[in-house]
Amino acid sequence: MAIGFAQWGNDLYTGRRSYNIVGNRKRYFVAAIVAVVLSLGIIGLRVAGDGLNLGIEFRGGSEFTVSGASDADEQVAVDAVAQIAPEEVPRVSVVGTEGVRVQTAQLSQDQVQEVRSALADAYSVPVDDVTSSYIGPSWGQDVSQKAALGLLVFLVLVSLVMTIYFRNWRMAAAAVIALFHDLVLTIGIYALIGWEITPATVIGLLTILAYSIYDTVVVFDKVRENTAGVVNQTRSTYAERANLAVNQTMVRSINTSVVALLPVASILFIGAFLLGAGTLRDISLALFVGMAVGAYSSIFLATPLEVTFREREAAIREHTAKVTEQRAARLAEVGDAGTEDAVLAAAGVAEGHRQLQPGSHQGAAAQPRRKRSSR
Amino acid sequence: MATTTRRARPVRTLVTLGILIIVLFGALFAGTKLDPKTEDNPEGASLTPGLALDLEGGTQIVLKPVTTDDSEVTTETINQAIQVIRQRIDAQGVSEAEITRQGQQNIVVGIPGQPSQETIDLVSTSAQMRFRPVLTVGAPTATAAESDDESADATEESADATEESADATEESADATEESADATDESGEPTDETTTDDATEGGDNAAAAPENPSDLAQITPELQEQFDALDCTLPENRVGGDSGPTDSPFVSCSEDGLAKYILGPVEIEGTDISNASSGLRVGPNGAVTNEWVVNIEFDGQGTAAFRDVTTRLVSLPSPQNQFAMVLDGLVISAPVANDPIPDGKAEISGSFTRESAATLANQLNFGSLPLTFDVQSQEQISATLGSDQLQKGLLAGAIGLLLVVMYSLVQYRVLGLVTVASLVIAGLVTFGVIDVLSWAIGYRLSLAGVAGLIVAIGITADSFIVYFERIRDELRDGRTLDQAVDKGWERARRTILASDAVNFVAAIVLYYLAVGGVRGFAFTLGLTTLVDLVVVFLFTHPLMKLLARTKFFANGHAASGLDPRRLGVESLRYAGRGRVTTGAPSRSATATSEVDALDDSGLGTQASPGDAPTAPVRETVGASVGASGDGPRMTIAERRAAQQRAAAAEPPPDTDDIADAPAADGENEEKR
Repeated sequence: MAIGFAQWGNDLYTGRRSYNIVGNRKRYFVAAIVAVVLSLGIIGLRVAGDGLNLGIEFRGGSEFTVSGASDADEQVAVDAVAQIAPEEVPRVSVVGTEGVRVQTAQLSQDQVQEVRSALADAYSVPVDDVTSSYIGPSWGQDVSQKAALGLLVFLVLVSLVMTIYFRNWRMAAAAVIALFHDLVLTIGIYALIGWEITPATVIGLLTILAYSIYDTVVVFDKVRENTAGVVNQTRSTYAERANLAVNQTMVRSINTSVVALLPVASILFIGAFLLGAGTLRDISLALFVGMAVGAYSSIFLATPLEVTFREREAAIREHTAKVTEQRAARLAEVGDAGTEDAVLAAAGVAEGHRQLQPGSHQGAAAQPRRKRSSR
Repeated sequence: MATTTRRARPVRTLVTLGILIIVLFGALFAGTKLDPKTEDNPEGASLTPGLALDLEGGTQIVLKPVTTDDSEVTTETINQAIQVIRQRIDAQGVSEAEITRQGQQNIVVGIPGQPSQETIDLVSTSAQMRFRPVLTVGAPTATAAESDDESADATEESADATEESADATEESADATEESADATDESGEPTDETTTDDATEGGDNAAAAPENPSDLAQITPELQEQFDALDCTLPENRVGGDSGPTDSPFVSCSEDGLAKYILGPVEIEGTDISNASSGLRVGPNGAVTNEWVVNIEFDGQGTAAFRDVTTRLVSLPSPQNQFAMVLDGLVISAPVANDPIPDGKAEISGSFTRESAATLANQLNFGSLPLTFDVQSQEQISATLGSDQLQKGLLAGAIGLLLVVMYSLVQYRVLGLVTVASLVIAGLVTFGVIDVLSWAIGYRLSLAGVAGLIVAIGITADSFIVYFERIRDELRDGRTLDQAVDKGWERARRTILASDAVNFVAAIVLYYLAVGGVRGFAFTLGLTTLVDLVVVFLFTHPLMKLLARTKFFANGHAASGLDPRRLGVESLRYAGRGRVTTGAPSRSATATSEVDALDDSGLGTQASPGDAPTAPVRETVGASVGASGDGPRMTIAERRAAQQRAAAAEPPPDTDDIADAPAADGENEEKR
């Protein structure tokens, strides 16, 4: 398999094999729009329905304090709460030496009483020693606002950095749109699965921001390298050069995605199947989905989008028209315009042909030595 | 490039990294010996990183708010208080505290580990800064119990204190006058004279006070209270009660060297727009080693401050002083020599670097109309079970193993370089986290652990980008030695750009977000930097060394850099008129045919035989010594571009050709 993969990588690099991703970009745009609309729909349904499944950190909840427990074991409390509210995952901590603090999502008045007596039974203390109160969110509005502000500033700064680095704002725009696509899709899938949204989820989403842009920058760097000076030649269009870049970085993208996803997948697996709900499960789901979508979008969305944007530039547009024209002329010259092979041949690079690599000077040391004796 | 003049010294770089790592862990080991982490010293160094509230537990402090002005404690004020407390804790470092409202009024603060008394004070003190005019200054001892000697000493001391403050005021007001006069004056009055004055004033105090400095405000009761106050006793210098805002107030100085009767509050701490701490700048611009807090008032505060200073200037000593009262204690009572119109003041006092920073923090993050009673302070266990961390680490280990296996399959022996680099990255990260949790109290939460595991992927990506670049260069027909150099030039740019993006994200989130997000941002920034360090100081030099070994340079089949597996078929110009072939897998004729077609600009999409006859141009060594660094144009195209450039305006930017070797007359378009 490895040899097959390596050969495949070689073929992608040299252009012997090529996937016409940029050429078929309409298809991918439609797919992205459908996916985003579906995700927004799912999120909308969730919000309209019973609301997003926000964690206790966002909504606040009920807190029970057991005092005077002789054996302050945490598992006892978990079991006690599970009897009353099976879907609830309480946060239990031992306070001091014989106190137990149990936090759950907001429970109904009846449930609160039941949990109190259950806890009293479990720890063999009088019911009066179990107090209950409401606790506010530890991740309140102000935290969310700050995070949102941070996000906004991040997007502006990153757009700026990319614009300066690539010397082209259209690339930054494409990357940010792809990022938006990744975020919406990830939230949509998370909402579909319906797990609780906790601070861990939010942190996972923020990681995706960084990762998605990171991945896109790597691909765009190759696009930029391949398309430098594209208007000075007439063999291939900007789109074709960009498509070649995507193909050439394909192996990198696959390797990186696999390497990044393997640890996340193992956390997700262990989190979901061995631990149940909790920080690890939430963060790894957000990360797994986000990274996979991010890797996809940097190839199938960001680059085609970038090409679409760039082709609006006058220079690129004229160049594309010129190349197409010359190609048609060459076809006519050859005389069998009908066959696909001929089109491809005339295009030379239609499906991502290997670029011409002119020779370079190897330096004076590489030149044959003049024999001393001849002088 | 063969003509490169820069000499690479991979061994030296590796040794540098080794020294860095030794220094890192040396500092850590020294720390564990000199400042070990014990029960008494929770902020000491340890070989394991500090863990956050969710993993290690910590201290839970329940605070009950008490209003100072009899107003109702509303949900809004509680939320505001939570925000202020959070800002104060965040300003302390990167430990993630958890702050919630409990019931209607209480605030519960969870702090990881065992917080110091300072931290608890920071959370629970109200930091009410108020500016009051001084009515009377006295020696710190209770007046009845005073002896002559004591009073003389005390007066001298208070004079010293006043001198400092006077200087401070002068400078902040940009005044140029000598302060000696003022200082002498303010030092002169003994407590007896002032109290006498005050008593007289108090006697004929029938009318309402004309202004806040009016001595008529001192009632006999107030005088009695003042006389009885002994500021040398520590229990009288606890502070906390800021007193009523609209009537006089008796107070001690923070250092216990003087006591004061102060007028009503003239400026509230909420009028401070900005506070910062720093070393005081002397009159001639020299930096002294005295720590001060610089404050700036907002518009309202500036106006009020100007009015107050204008009024005080004309008053006799000690009424020309105004007191800066923090939580009921006078921290500084400078003399107003000149009206201060620009709303800038400097607070001096017995500050250390920490206490100045703390005060600036407290002033910056708002003064609360609340004080807090600490209702309970108890240890709490971790909110997440210990199995979460164990399983998380297990998951990380499994993930790492999978990454290693995948790398070995994909990159063969080269995969070992990945593994070694990841090990080094892990080592450096571990060391840095340990040092940081010692130095600035960084604590690792479960989200942080997950972030670190994710970082495996981001770090490994740098290697993958690099390896793939090397492979690309090999495919272009370079020798391994050249490919490692050339690939590095390209990969370096990509790695730097993408890491810069990550770093921007980390910095922005660190400075703008709060709580858990902040901790995460810190972890992200940290791993990004470690990634750069490892790639630059380890992976690249190691590759350079490996490129010299026979195993890699000859492209052993298991090396992962076998040119034959990479499909190198073209001839390679090896210099000095020699040409090597990369042992083609296809027949030589096919290869040359492909090359010819390449050169003519026609496709090899299909197999060579399928290509139609094409106009074959003359090719000038295009396939020999193929290189990735020239512009991707044929010579004819370059000439055309050159002509166009000469004819009209310069053609659009082509900027990746900066380091292309120049041949013949083609320099011009290589900008």
